[in-house]
Amino acid sequence: MENIIEIEDLNLYYEQFHALKNINLDIPKHTATALIGPSGCGKSTLLRTLNRMNDMIAGTRIEGSIKIGGMGIYGKDVFVEELRKRVGMVFQQPNPFPKSIYDNIAYGPRLHGIRNKSTLDGIVEESLRQAALWEEVKDYLKRSALSLSGGQQQRLCIARALAVNPDILLMDEATSALDPISTLKIEELVQELKEKYTIVMVTHNMHQAARVSGRTVFFLNGEVVEADDTKTLFSNPRDARTEDYISGRFG
Amino acid sequence: MIRRKELDQDLDQLRSLLVRMGEHVVDALDGAVLSLKTQDSEKAQEIVQADAQLNQMEEEIMDIGSRLIVTQQPVAKDLRRILVAFKISSDLERMGDLALDVAKVTLRLQGEPLIKPLIDIPQMAEIVKVMIEEAITSYLNENTDLAYKMAQDDDQVDLLYSRILTELYDHMRVNPDSLSQALLLTLVGRYIERIADHATNIGESAVYLVTGTRPDLNR
Repeated sequence: MENIIEIEDLNLYYEQFHALKNINLDIPKHTATALIGPSGCGKSTLLRTLNRMNDMIAGTRIEGSIKIGGMGIYGKDVFVEELRKRVGMVFQQPNPFPKSIYDNIAYGPRLHGIRNKSTLDGIVEESLRQAALWEEVKDYLKRSALSLSGGQQQRLCIARALAVNPDILLMDEATSALDPISTLKIEELVQELKEKYTIVMVTHNMHQAARVSGRTVFFLNGEVVEADDTKTLFSNPRDARTEDYISGRFG
Repeated sequence: MIRRKELDQDLDQLRSLLVRMGEHVVDALDGAVLSLKTQDSEKAQEIVQADAQLNQMEEEIMDIGSRLIVTQQPVAKDLRRILVAFKISSDLERMGDLALDVAKVTLRLQGEPLIKPLIDIPQMAEIVKVMIEEAITSYLNENTDLAYKMAQDDDQVDLLYSRILTELYDHMRVNPDSLSQALLLTLVGRYIERIADHATNIGESAVYLVTGTRPDLNR
């Protein structure tokens, strides 16, 4: 399978703190990969290196290489805005803009120069459909996005990320603020979206990782301890530290 | 390592139930063969009645195991411990039924004198008893070497079984009157041979618990 993300000898420091240590990791295209590990293990840091969200944190230093689709993303010629269009992100708390549902989705495409009304209409509908939200909101597109429930807001954020046609979708604890039904909806959505996109998700919910992802990566103290098929990692992990963590006897 | 109190306690409980089931099966097999040898219907009756306890322990294991799966969502080896408890308890329950079948032969014979002194059948039962004990020990101590060693004893059981068959066939041919009893005794051989097969299944479960892969010890 083709690897869309290739991470080589990656080290990341926040000032003196060595947050990621010699990470070597490939992520295959059109899969859902879960990053798991105890708090502070580096999994969210790694996720944020993939669309350079760490650039905004002063004192961050990165060594090594990350390639997406064969291109180094830390090169001087890389436009971060272009990178973030290709690598979308959804956060723990839904963060819709205080605008209408329609304008939330159309925001990105407009930013990238699309002005044609019917083109925008098409993108809005398609994005909401892909995020499994269209049927619920199609008659209320002019309403404020803030009037939606938490679970709907999160799916709106997913739709907003999809509207600029990314290759990769990063999800940082995207369901941890949601109720179980909304969580299940997003999990089902991930299953569908991975046919078209590559999904990398950080989750504290190990059973979510087991349910949703095809591959799982276990982090500990800034290192990758084990990366394997989810089925193997959760049934017969190779490393005793992985076994202790997934068995709830550690971390 | 953090202990998960409820999970660990219940896993211990599964282990001790399996040990008790194992002891029960050894006693049942021992008693059944003795009842046959001594034509002791009372003893045979006791064994038939005691089988309910074995079934009850199997149910208890199913209850504890399924509750743990629902409430504790175990993974990896913790999950295998439960799956293995299900499998071993079902093997032991079958072994108990087969021991009971031996006791039923005693009842069926109704004190009829034996056509020959029993030698190979008790010898076979002795080997099988050791196999059961070793199978349970290999599970308890997660000792895969012992599981493989135990499985080799099955060859001796098969050898004795085939000797019993030959001998009883000859007997039937020469003494047609002994046909019905000889037939029942071949069944006894068959029951004990089946118990040994289930014992090797337990050895396989022990290996699966440790390695996560299922070997075939029943070759």
